[in-house]
Amino acid sequence: MTTPLLELQHLTKVYGGGFLKRAPVTVALQDFNLALHEKPAKIVTIAGESGSGKTTLANLVLGFIEPTAGRILYRGTDIRQMDRHQRRQYRREVQAVFQDPYEVYNPFYRVKHIFDMAIRNFNLARSKDEARAMVEEALNVVGLRGEEVLDKYPHQLSGGQRQRMMVARAFLLKPRIIVADEPVSMVDASLRAMILDIMIRLRDEHNISFLYITHDLSTAYQIGDEIHILYQGTVAERGDTITVIEQPKHPYVQLLINSIPVPDPDVRWGGEHILTVDDEELRSSVQSGCRFYPRCPYREDRCLQARPPLYRVGDNHEAACYLYAEQSVQTNKTLVTKA
Amino acid sequence: MTNTVFSISSQNTVSPNDIVLRVEHLKVYYATPLGDVRAVDDVSFDVYQGEILGLVGESGCGKTTTAMAILRLVQPPGRIVDGHIWLDGTDVVSLSERELRRFRWEKISLIPQGAMNSLNPVLRVSEQIRDVIEDHEGRQPRKALKERILELLHMVGLPSRVYDMYPHELSGGMKQRVCIAMAIALNPTLIIADEPTSALDVVVQRVVGETLLRVKEQLGISMILIGHDMGLMAQLADRVAVMYAGHLVEIAPVRQLFKTPQHPYTQLLIEAIPSIKERKPLKLTEGLTHDLRNPPQGCIFQSRCPHVMERCRIHPPSLQEVSPKHRVACYLYEEC
Repeated sequence: MTTPLLELQHLTKVYGGGFLKRAPVTVALQDFNLALHEKPAKIVTIAGESGSGKTTLANLVLGFIEPTAGRILYRGTDIRQMDRHQRRQYRREVQAVFQDPYEVYNPFYRVKHIFDMAIRNFNLARSKDEARAMVEEALNVVGLRGEEVLDKYPHQLSGGQRQRMMVARAFLLKPRIIVADEPVSMVDASLRAMILDIMIRLRDEHNISFLYITHDLSTAYQIGDEIHILYQGTVAERGDTITVIEQPKHPYVQLLINSIPVPDPDVRWGGEHILTVDDEELRSSVQSGCRFYPRCPYREDRCLQARPPLYRVGDNHEAACYLYAEQSVQTNKTLVTKA
Repeated sequence: MTNTVFSISSQNTVSPNDIVLRVEHLKVYYATPLGDVRAVDDVSFDVYQGEILGLVGESGCGKTTTAMAILRLVQPPGRIVDGHIWLDGTDVVSLSERELRRFRWEKISLIPQGAMNSLNPVLRVSEQIRDVIEDHEGRQPRKALKERILELLHMVGLPSRVYDMYPHELSGGMKQRVCIAMAIALNPTLIIADEPTSALDVVVQRVVGETLLRVKEQLGISMILIGHDMGLMAQLADRVAVMYAGHLVEIAPVRQLFKTPQHPYTQLLIEAIPSIKERKPLKLTEGLTHDLRNPPQGCIFQSRCPHVMERCRIHPPSLQEVSPKHRVACYLYEEC
């Protein structure tokens, strides 16, 4: 097997609990594993509610914060042990698109500044004309024209245009991976499709993989290949996007999918009554064991003793729940028919 | 309460008693150096007793400005240029600042956008709710007041211990429900909820949504629910009004709107909802909204409309009834 392009091994991030601090620690991300190969390019969704650790994961991959434990390997090298050249390559090949297209621009510069900076930083072009041609090409990929947008100030552009320009900026650097942290949550519904479509085209035509970080399972369902659903820093369920969303196994994921409002007035919110436990209790009550225990309708005593590992529940489909401890020994076929 | 609404629809006549709020030809403009931005341009609609009216549209279409005008909270450079807002027989537009102080919260209350940030961080939940009550009704006996506040908290599904807690001790969904409790404290006629769940996760969003429904059913309070999530609208609203670039383009009972959307913009909105049931190719739409400072002559949606005709560019269509209670502003339905 070839070395994966990006590999996350037992990635863990713990906040707080330092010297002289008595406050309880917050485990933002616990034992996260992921392997992303260069080919075929994939859109990997990291989903979960706020506080589930999905942005922590993005920040770790982008190198904004250091992991407490575990490693991030890029082309087989730990990003903390990279030399200057490798680090530069990593910085160029792993790009980011952030949530808020209003905050990422400096309002005092024309928008072409973001492209000029990138080109200068990585010495991408030898002349102004060449630079201009590169920018134009990148803008065309996202459906914009240079003369329409480049000389404007950020406030003169719509949210959708700004977000597309951020994707164009990332694309300009010929990345292998784009970390997209909630790229469509601030964009209107009618423009959302356009940005998602750009992501699909970059994957199919330019072989760029995405770490698509979102709380919105319905957009993940429309474009994603692989999904990891986080609950309070741990993976509740992972697998092929369509399988996970159509046949959720983990009780949390089932609750999550039942809670998505259906755009049909005759179909009411499904599922049973929700157990709501207040956040403070949730955080502190489960030091060991399953994080979902306080809200789980199927909880058992063993759920408190140790954190359930990921059990195999189908082809490329795993769920961290003891409900599947016995079944996972069986063959996959019986499981699928059961579902 | 829903019964009264149904009886109205069957008779197809609305007695004035059932209308709690009537907005007539409302115009709100924001002054800029390059001319007025027409944020709300000639909007008229009614809200009936005990219903939730959803107000949807993309950001910048004037939903929040409409709500602020109803509360008379439009801030300069914005101003109400024209129109009337009738609530319980009084024209809100003509009220003085003094009268407004009574009117707000007693007749009409607001659950603001990002309500969790609107609570005072240094006051306990109970003190904040007490302030609302005592400011309007004068000093109250302690014991009765505490019981009343606890009852409000139970109404929105919060445990009693929230009474003594500070906002930072609560989660986002709980803070949002505290805001709902404050909004219903004085039993107003109308509640305006501005994107009450936009910052919340789906599970919490559902809890807050179900709380709003319970409040509506048990107290019979009418609500205007502002939002852009069509899925949530389908779950919560009784009728939905669609706004585009400051204009009301369609208003209909929620089932009709989702089954037979008439205006091209509404159709676009409904098609753009990402589905969780089937994977379908993304629907792309081209075109940008015009500059709100100088709207085009004719229909407001002409630059993005797939069915645009010659007459759309000359004169704007007005809201016409296409079926009972279903009105749409589009020439496609003018003759039928």
